Formats: sequence, C-alpha cells, structure tokens
Amino acid sequence: MKKIFSKEFWQERDVELFIGQQLRWGVITSSIIAFIGGVIYLIKNGGNTPSYTEFVGAPEYVRHMPGILHGITQFDGLAIIQLGVVVLLATPITRIAFSVLAFAMEKDTLYVIITLIVLGVITFSIFSGFGG
Amino acid sequence: MSILVFTLILLVGAFTAGMLGSLTGLGGGVVLIPLLTLVFHVDIRYAVGASLVASIANSSGAAAAYIKEGITNVRIGMFLEIATTTGAIIGAVLAVYTPTHLVAILFGFVLLFSAAMTLRKKNEHGDNESTSKLARIMRLNNSYPVNGVEVPYKVKGVAGGYALMTVAGIVSGLLGIGSGALKVLAMDGVMRIPFKVSTTTSNFMIGVTAAASAVIYLQRGYIDPGIALPVVLGVLAGAFGGSRLLMKMNTRKLRLLFCVVISALALEMIYNGFTGKL
Repeated sequence: MKKIFSKEFWQERDVELFIGQQLRWGVITSSIIAFIGGVIYLIKNGGNTPSYTEFVGAPEYVRHMPGILHGITQFDGLAIIQLGVVVLLATPITRIAFSVLAFAMEKDTLYVIITLIVLGVITFSIFSGFGG
Repeated sequence: MSILVFTLILLVGAFTAGMLGSLTGLGGGVVLIPLLTLVFHVDIRYAVGASLVASIANSSGAAAAYIKEGITNVRIGMFLEIATTTGAIIGAVLAVYTPTHLVAILFGFVLLFSAAMTLRKKNEHGDNESTSKLARIMRLNNSYPVNGVEVPYKVKGVAGGYALMTVAGIVSGLLGIGSGALKVLAMDGVMRIPFKVSTTTSNFMIGVTAAASAVIYLQRGYIDPGIALPVVLGVLAGAFGGSRLLMKMNTRKLRLLFCVVISALALEMIYNGFTGKL
C-alpha cells in the first residue's frame, strides 16, 4: 500500500494517462483524415467496380511517404486515406517513443534500453526493404 | 456492385467485427479476414493487410481505456515486445514464400485455437510463490488492484513465455492478426500472470506487434486504401460501441455464440484452403 503514497507512483500515473491520451488522439486524427480522403475517393470513384479478387497490390504511389504526400497535393482520395493509415500505424510506435521518456524519468535504465531495442526493431522493419 | 456499395457494406461488416472483437477480446481481425475472403471474395493478401490495420485500430482504441485502470504491466509488455516485434518481422518475410491457400489453412487452425482459448478456465489470481531469478532481474513482478486492494503477483517461466511470444509474433506477422489468444496463453498459461493483467497487457502489445509487420505490408502494397477506409472507420466505431456494451452485457453467452461462429468460419477457411479456392 505504501507505494500509492510515494511520489514516483503518481509521476508514473501521469505519464500513463498522457500516453493513453496520445493513443486516443492518434486514433481520432487517423479516422478524421481517412474520412476526408474517403469522401473525396467515393465522390470521384464511387460508381466504379471494385477489383480485389485478383491481387495486384495497392497503387504504387500509396506504398511510400513521398508518393502519399505528392498524392495529397493533388487532392487524391486514396493518398489521403493512406495518410490516415500511416497516422494509425505511427500511433503505437509513438507510444513506444514516449515510453522511453517515461522510463528515463523514472531513472529505470534497464527499461530505457529494452524500450530502445523495441523501437530499434520497428525502425529496422521500416527501413529493412523487406516490403520493397 | 459499385465501390460505394462495397464500401458501405464493408463498413457495417467492420463495425460488427470491431464490436465482437472488443467484446470477446480477440480483436477485429479474426472476423474480418473470413468476412473479406469468404463473403467479398477479396484476395487473402488484401485481407491480411486490412486485418493488421484493424488490429492496430482495435488495440490503440481499447488500450487508451485500459491504461487508466492501472492493471497493464508495461514492463512485461515492453520486455515481451522485443520477442513479438522480432517475430512479426520474421512472419512478414515468411509471408512472401507462403502460398495463399496455406495462409488460409493456418488461419483456420489459429481461429479454432482462439475459439477454444476463449472458453478455457481462466487463471484468476496468478502466483505469488515464484522464485524466478529472471523475473526479478527484469523487474516483472508487480501488483494489481482487486476491489481497491493491491494484490501482488510473481512471474515465472520467463524464458518459455518469451519463446511463445516469438511464435505469437510470427503468427501475427504471417496472418495479419493480433494473435491475442497466443499472447494470453504465454502470459496466462506459462508465466502465470493473473488474467486481468495478461488480457490488458496482451492488448497493449497487439498494436505494437501489428505495427512492426504493417510497415512492411504497406510498402508491399497489401494495405489498399479502398479497403482500409471502411475497415478503419468501422472497426473503430465498433470497438468504441463494444466497450460501452461490455459494461451492460452478459458476455458469457456471447462468447459461446462467438466461438460457434468463428469455429464454423475456421472450418470453411480450412476447407477452401485445401480445395485451393483461397
């Protein structure tokens, strides 16, 4: 019980609340962006026929950030939806980054290292070229 | 069927998937993949990509609610995430060399396993007698509130749990699901962590694990914005509605019904996999 009265406990609580809020904002931002892109996409292409039975893959330009950003400048619906997806993917990754700070504030060196390893694994995944 | 109709029907389907996923704790993916492949005849590779996105949406949405309650063990989650993210990358790489009908069959078996797991007896209170040295060094032992009183628990089987988590990561990366059932098995069954802690910690990990392989799938073109749109919006709304309903409903009967439904879907996925239709 004495843990509840320690200063550290409350500091930790604050950080966790902050992380919880960050997750919620990530999710909300992502769905708003996807919704806007969706409206544009459906107005332009709503009447076409979907073709997902044969796998050809998503259009080349929505597979990487430069393509997505260029698409957004053209008000391309698919590119805007994909930005929403990228924000969603970034949400748990940002959370890991914040956890590094949270453990650092608690002076928990072991977990700063462990969290950095997790962040490193994900960063490796992004730049590994396994997707290309 | 036009794209507009396709999007609207899928939106309703994803809403249901998100709701069932959060009610049963299995995540949106387990319903979404059969829905996309069996009902909409979408290629399973698109379904895997969409399901990963759904898992992240589901996990992030629910995690925000759980952390507040203070039962998630962030240290256990973070330590085991080294295993799940590494596994997820291996799974995403293996996916390229795995024929789609094999993915369908594997998915079916994981689905059957998940259904069985929802019905098992739960490890309500965990252990407090473990003398695991590794658990002590890694500071995994903690306590959680039960009716306002902090109940301590001690973790065991750290190495075994870590190994099983790597498998959970591979399955997640290969099939595009959160594989919450495997994660809970590792924490609940092997490491003897109390059920409440293992469920919320597993949910905490699903988003990060799925993100590790999703960044590969995005570059590979498995995540199509046209499918992601209704999936993200539907699953989020469903997960939100589901967590509201969870407080009012008797989930025992619902779990039972859900198990029957996903077992049937699992058998159909396996059958279609063997006959080469998927």
